[in-house]
Amino acid sequence: MADFAIVTAIVLTVITAATPLLLAGIGELVAERAGVLNLGLEGMMAVGAVGGFAGAALTGSTTVGIVSAGLAGLLLAVPFAFLVINLAANQVATGLALTLLGLGASAMFGESFIGKPGLKLPALDIPGLTSIPVVGRIVFGQDALVYISFLLVAAISWFLFRTRAGLMLRAVGDSHDSAHNLGIPVYAVRWAAVLFGGCCAGLGGGYLSLAYTPLWTENMTAGRGWIALALVVFASWLPWRLVVGAYLFGAVAILGFHAQGLGVRVSSQFISMLPYLATIAVLVVISRNKLVLRANTPACLGRPFVPAR
Amino acid sequence: MDVAPPGRAVSDSPPLLETAGLTKRFGSLTACDAIDLRIASGEIHALLGENGAGKSTLVKMLYGALAPDAGEIRWRGEAVSIASPAAARRLGIGMVFQHFSLFEALTVGENIALALPKKAVTHGLDGTIRTVSRQYGLPLDPHARIADLSVGERQRVEIVRCLLQEPRLIIMDEPTSVLTPQESEVLFETLKRLSQEGVAILYITHRLVEVVEIASRATILRRGRVVGTADPRAESARTLAGMMVGSDIGAVDKPEARMTGAERLRLQGLTLAADRPFGIGLQDVTLGVRSGEIVAIAGVAGNGQQELFDAISGERLAASDDAILIEGRPVGRKGVNERRRLGAAFVPEERLGHGAVASFRLSDNVVLTRHATRDAIARHGLIDKKAATDVEGRVAERFDVRRASPDPRASSLSGGNLQKFVVGREIDRAPTLLVVSQPTWGVDAGAARIIRGALIGLAEAGAAILVISQDLDEIFEVADRIAVMSDGRLSEAFPAGSLSPERIGLLMGGVHHQHDGTSDGEAGHAA
Repeated sequence: MADFAIVTAIVLTVITAATPLLLAGIGELVAERAGVLNLGLEGMMAVGAVGGFAGAALTGSTTVGIVSAGLAGLLLAVPFAFLVINLAANQVATGLALTLLGLGASAMFGESFIGKPGLKLPALDIPGLTSIPVVGRIVFGQDALVYISFLLVAAISWFLFRTRAGLMLRAVGDSHDSAHNLGIPVYAVRWAAVLFGGCCAGLGGGYLSLAYTPLWTENMTAGRGWIALALVVFASWLPWRLVVGAYLFGAVAILGFHAQGLGVRVSSQFISMLPYLATIAVLVVISRNKLVLRANTPACLGRPFVPAR
Repeated sequence: MDVAPPGRAVSDSPPLLETAGLTKRFGSLTACDAIDLRIASGEIHALLGENGAGKSTLVKMLYGALAPDAGEIRWRGEAVSIASPAAARRLGIGMVFQHFSLFEALTVGENIALALPKKAVTHGLDGTIRTVSRQYGLPLDPHARIADLSVGERQRVEIVRCLLQEPRLIIMDEPTSVLTPQESEVLFETLKRLSQEGVAILYITHRLVEVVEIASRATILRRGRVVGTADPRAESARTLAGMMVGSDIGAVDKPEARMTGAERLRLQGLTLAADRPFGIGLQDVTLGVRSGEIVAIAGVAGNGQQELFDAISGERLAASDDAILIEGRPVGRKGVNERRRLGAAFVPEERLGHGAVASFRLSDNVVLTRHATRDAIARHGLIDKKAATDVEGRVAERFDVRRASPDPRASSLSGGNLQKFVVGREIDRAPTLLVVSQPTWGVDAGAARIIRGALIGLAEAGAAILVISQDLDEIFEVADRIAVMSDGRLSEAFPAGSLSPERIGLLMGGVHHQHDGTSDGEAGHAA
């Protein structure tokens, strides 16, 4: 039984490590499918984390916490969308600036919350089901954001490949000039995609301060935004592969802690390097298959659209 | 569409589309200068003009992709403002683009669905695409990805997509430039049928013979102005060309026989696997091109011409070094730079993205094919900007590349002008071997004559030239010998004088042996 307990514990921690990556990643995937590269993911996650914490702490409701986390990320995406879409600013530079802005803003607004106890998202508890050994806790004992992350992936996958609006979004990412010629509102589609990406990043950040560690500390995103960015490429812009990637990366991150716990001697610095090393390894591997990469890469990714009028 | 009130005489009704004083300026260049145009329902209206005459700019305004600076557009007699392509489509204006407006990563079906109104997109769309495309002789697989299609196939998608929108006016920008003669015939039948159904067609082309064949009215543009309207049925191709260019033009003079010398290119049993699912591979291609001759490769698009070009230019490497010899040296496994250093030059079919970088200035595009050769442009890793700019100016002057300012970005040139530049850039290197794919695609009659004349001049100066083209008129105009590509195989190269267009048609269909000169399309079975 002790072995089961360890397995369950490991899987549960992997889920908590993977969920913020998955939430932020699915939003970025949608934005990139529309052709907008938002390198500000880390910043939007940070304001999501402080927004979620503040919302929950001030109202006593974790639901408000979730909503305010999403709104905080969305709010930070607004100036980004305006700059890169309407003013055709360079997406890389603007995204990097957004990261710095988000980290700074979160530190400023979060100052009064340092050391305050936070609210933790309640986990689902279905009598009978949740108490099933091993599987029960994993499948039926998670908090709302974990389920939301999976619902989002399913919904986005359906949206992108089964709906007309999703087709239009992919078309805008593939060739904004052609899309414009066909009368698809390129700006509107990109605005929607970027705002959705901001909202998801906010939720990912909110998960950190509402479920992962219900506390506010500065820089609590700790580079997860960058990993989520790499994940989108890893997933070659396919939603379900993003799940695989997020859980793989979550597992790599968690592996270290458990290895230390089990007495394997590895330096903690090496462990914190692992997700990034894995990112590089994965990018090398998937870049070898150019055909697959080309089929799904949004051809207009990172290119500003300036209509010829 | 809406129903006209009964009893109203057709002659009383205003034209379907009319423009008055339509003007568009780009900086100091007036692309369209007070254009008056009238198109009636059911007419096939040809819009004629050289590259840079303002045809594309004009139709972009009609299609809502550009906003006019002055003037008015009237649709069924009422002044309208066409703010976007979507607005144009709502009026009933459809367009087949010259620079394709397709989504490479999406499938044929998805590309078409995007252009149709929401309610038309049902699960039956694939079937509709198959039916309509076959009905018009332009068969399409709805599940194929655009990135995997040839230029000719992509154009089919454009045309079928436009037809499915059931427009009242179809604007076609050089629709036949990438179609085979047979495909063009089918298209003409389609256009005639559409015109009988009351659909108006605004048809932009450089191929004057086509205008005479199908158009009922022609408007001729020169340097942004309307210089005349004509009834093409009362004119000949030559008189129309005179109006278009402003002077009489003659065909290129080809000397009867040129002196041929050493073999500069040899393909020996060149075999190449298909690089994509359902792609075409090359099978045992053998061909020699000698100094002083022009060999042309004819064939229907997508039969391996692209693969052949890629193999000769070094974009794809052959299995062995000996499969391709340039100047007698095995280069089958060598890259494009080494082939260029042996005196070879290559002009790919796609001018933007392959032949030139859109966002680069023309002088920078000059450097792209000379950076590793022994030209004086890039030495010791440094670019001689002045030398590059000199080449740009020289090419622009010799090939009449019309540009708004000296050394503009490649993307600012119209399609035909960029083609002149890309071909001219390579000819300017004075190569000893030139391999060129679709040398005059999208280029007007005057410019085509310049390019073909330059090819012939280069051959006379001793270069070996291989032309891959779908334009049979062009092939007969320049080629000394003609080989035909079909399903990845290349026929033997016959002297141009010994081949009739019918014989080439048979070879295109893969029929390589002819019996007693009486065989027809079934010759394959007669053997």
